[in-house]
Amino acid sequence: MNPWPDQFPLFPEAASTVAGEVDAIYFFGLAVAAFFSLLIAVLVLWFAVRYRRRSEDEIGRPEKAAVLLEIGWSVIPLLILMVMFAWGAKVFYHVRRPPENALEYYVTAKQWMWKFQHPDGNREINHLHVPAGQAIKLIMTSEDVIHSFFVPEFRVKQDVLPGRYTYLWFQSDRPGRYTLFCNEYCGAEHSLMIGSVTVMEPGDYEAWLSAKEPVAGGQQLTGEELFSLQVCDTCHKPDSAARAPMLWGLYGEEVAMADGSVAIADEDYLRESILNPGARIVKGYDAIMPTYAGRLSEDELLQLILYIKSIGPEGDAEVAAAPAAETEADAGSGDEGSTP
Amino acid sequence: MDGPHAASHHPEPGFWRKYVFSVDHKVIGIQYAVTGLLFLFFGFCLMLLMRWQLAYPGQPLPLIGGLLGDDRMPGGIMLPEFYNQLGAMHGTIMVFLGVVPLAVGGFGNFVLPLQIGAPDMAFPRLNMASYWCYFVGGVVMFLSFFAPGGSAQSGWTSYPPLSNIASDGQTVWLLGMVFLITSSLLGSVNFIVTTIQLRVAGLTLMRLPFFVWSQFVTAFLLLLAFPPLEAAAFMQLMDRVADTSFFMPAGLVISGQVAELSGGGSPLLWQHLFWFLAHPEVYVLILPALGIIAEIIANNTRKPLWGYKSMVYSVIFLAFMSFIVWAHHMFLTGMGTGMSAFFQTTTMIISIPSVIIITALVLSLWGGSIRFNTPMLFALAFLPMFGIGGLTGLPLGLAATDIPLHDTYYVIGHFHYVVAPGTIFALFAGVYYWYPKATGRKMSELLGKLHFWPSLLFMNGIFLPMFIQGLAGMQRRLFDGGELYAHAGPVLMWNKIITHSAWGLAIAQIPFIINFFLSLKKGEVADRNPWHATTLEWAAPSPPPHGNFATEPSAYRNPYEYSVPGQARDYLPQFEPDGSGAPPSERSTNPATA
Repeated sequence: MNPWPDQFPLFPEAASTVAGEVDAIYFFGLAVAAFFSLLIAVLVLWFAVRYRRRSEDEIGRPEKAAVLLEIGWSVIPLLILMVMFAWGAKVFYHVRRPPENALEYYVTAKQWMWKFQHPDGNREINHLHVPAGQAIKLIMTSEDVIHSFFVPEFRVKQDVLPGRYTYLWFQSDRPGRYTLFCNEYCGAEHSLMIGSVTVMEPGDYEAWLSAKEPVAGGQQLTGEELFSLQVCDTCHKPDSAARAPMLWGLYGEEVAMADGSVAIADEDYLRESILNPGARIVKGYDAIMPTYAGRLSEDELLQLILYIKSIGPEGDAEVAAAPAAETEADAGSGDEGSTP
Repeated sequence: MDGPHAASHHPEPGFWRKYVFSVDHKVIGIQYAVTGLLFLFFGFCLMLLMRWQLAYPGQPLPLIGGLLGDDRMPGGIMLPEFYNQLGAMHGTIMVFLGVVPLAVGGFGNFVLPLQIGAPDMAFPRLNMASYWCYFVGGVVMFLSFFAPGGSAQSGWTSYPPLSNIASDGQTVWLLGMVFLITSSLLGSVNFIVTTIQLRVAGLTLMRLPFFVWSQFVTAFLLLLAFPPLEAAAFMQLMDRVADTSFFMPAGLVISGQVAELSGGGSPLLWQHLFWFLAHPEVYVLILPALGIIAEIIANNTRKPLWGYKSMVYSVIFLAFMSFIVWAHHMFLTGMGTGMSAFFQTTTMIISIPSVIIITALVLSLWGGSIRFNTPMLFALAFLPMFGIGGLTGLPLGLAATDIPLHDTYYVIGHFHYVVAPGTIFALFAGVYYWYPKATGRKMSELLGKLHFWPSLLFMNGIFLPMFIQGLAGMQRRLFDGGELYAHAGPVLMWNKIITHSAWGLAIAQIPFIINFFLSLKKGEVADRNPWHATTLEWAAPSPPPHGNFATEPSAYRNPYEYSVPGQARDYLPQFEPDGSGAPPSERSTNPATA
């Protein structure tokens, strides 16, 4: 019976490519904290014993000046902290910046459930499957309150906010099933908001994907259907005579605004333009678009954005939209979802 | 109160004006302290209920469980909603109704005017208004448990949109906060003016006891940090009752229904406004504690504080920096990598003054002649406990290592080490140290030691295992104590140890409660200066009459002239022109004039 390793698990298993990097600085930080905590405790105990009052009328010794000591205790911690800062900033930037070739998955959180959408439009609830050896980027939003996506083994965590997208990436080379937690307190059943991320060998993942029945996509309108149902296409036409900005090939491009600023047409920009069209007006157009806030569910909004991402890049509506229309049941994002 | 009948030049007011609606800073200080202690006890009881559920999830609580009502604990089994109420209210009560009122309202009010030789605070009526605002806020908070749907349950941080859609208790919480914030603002103005205007002749800024410095700086923190939260509280109140959308984005779907909102608000705005207060608030919790510890360490090492001046400069720098570190609570909100890098830098920098202060306090023991009375035991224990609390914050201050640790039990362990065996030990030390001044009698040393040793043991029994649980990845705010969490399995057994330690801590407070009341009548009678201390409060009778000093004292020297060479005694009070017949040393001449 050796309770040591079980009752003192300093780390969960490390199962992502960044975990080692995070753990190194994490261990260093903990070691610094433990060392100096012990130092203080030992000094207090030692001084307390060594300098205890021995008689009622004892007179203490005068203090010695110790300029070097004073400088030392300010400068040494400063140096340690600066090292930790530089190191920590480097790791943080790495952990936060997704690689260019990451596969994009979409995550919608709600009380108390996770919804996922694969790059090919396949959907899952609470249990996400991803291929091993491939950078995975999650584009996440919430339908109601703030949640947080946390897989301890991957050393990644990101709050998921309503009203905007947040991002997270990871890459795991170790197939297996890892528990997913909501890390931001989100109401009565916060404790029960548990899911999983299953990392599969790429071959297994392909097999799993093709064997999988399209889930819950049946009643869901595709982005293309929504585009015409919400009559987006009456103004946003793929020709120069349109009353509204051209959407074909827009995603990822720079957009010049009426106020002289420039925006990058990413998910958050598209989201804002649909829900709050008056916030930023594209140069050369009038602010005539009504808001779609409250008229689209978070899911429908996502499908629309995925559709806008998929159409392009050369402005030929028929060519771009055609493959999406052929895709079965689900959002017409297709493989070109990652096209910049 | 049957203290010695000290001569008073003021007419005796009636019962109501003397004990209830008093304008005397000492009565108000004691009112604050006693109310604060009661709320600390109440908040602690809420935590005991939570700890039952964490150690024995889903099991009925014997005896009292069934008494709490079917909408809280049907059959004695705790509902998750009630657990969440307890969590939110434990935090709120401990911080805003317990520690701050005791540290600032209690000790600040009672000790600060005495230490600067003033007859009272600059604005006595404002002082009374501050206490009664606090009192009303406390009552409102307490009553919120009886609101439909129970009290606030969105955590003490009350993040929207969760808090915006919570039950009515949240509205009551916000109203309570408005009263509490107003109380703190009234108090802080008073402390600042009093410290600047009412110091006696000779008491220059660099002769102020460190306790006065800590209260003075704390008052600035309260004055500058609380208004944004008060504004934010009103905005959330408007969101809840007047359908505004300061913190709500458009198109939320709550329980399957599209929320009727104008939208356009930002949930992150609340977090910024909240932490803009709540980080300086951490220093509001800790600075008065450092002030108390500094007094007690100087007095019981019989030696001047090491590096008094660097401590003063550090505390000012700390206060300034504390306004630009708030977003290190928000590394994972997606506020931007560059922003995180900035707040990570300021967080690293703010560690330096904290290191200087704690090192100076530890080195003050060096070469002393240390007396081990109860206040000193608490002060000595404070140093390593506060050290652990501060140092374990290092991995949290770095965004990269905050990722695995954020919102786990590690965080709970970290900040509780700062405020529980840290600040609360300092507050106990202060109670034992100034009790003779307030009542004219000393507390029992035996009961004091019976209070101290088990408290130290059980405090660590509660909070040390939390680091282990947090490192394993166990999250906070789980009503089932992590029972369903696969990876928490090996560390679940600590939940029982923590809970049993909490019971131990509760039992360890019994000697304190007995001591507190028994010593009023039976304690050893104390003269003006029972600890042979040097600061000005010990020039007044114990307890001081209304108006404090029979004749206005003057300050002749630095605050901690202990063990001055060439003196007959090992202390040389600030208020004595020279050392009681002994030849005046070079360091004790020069009585300054106003």
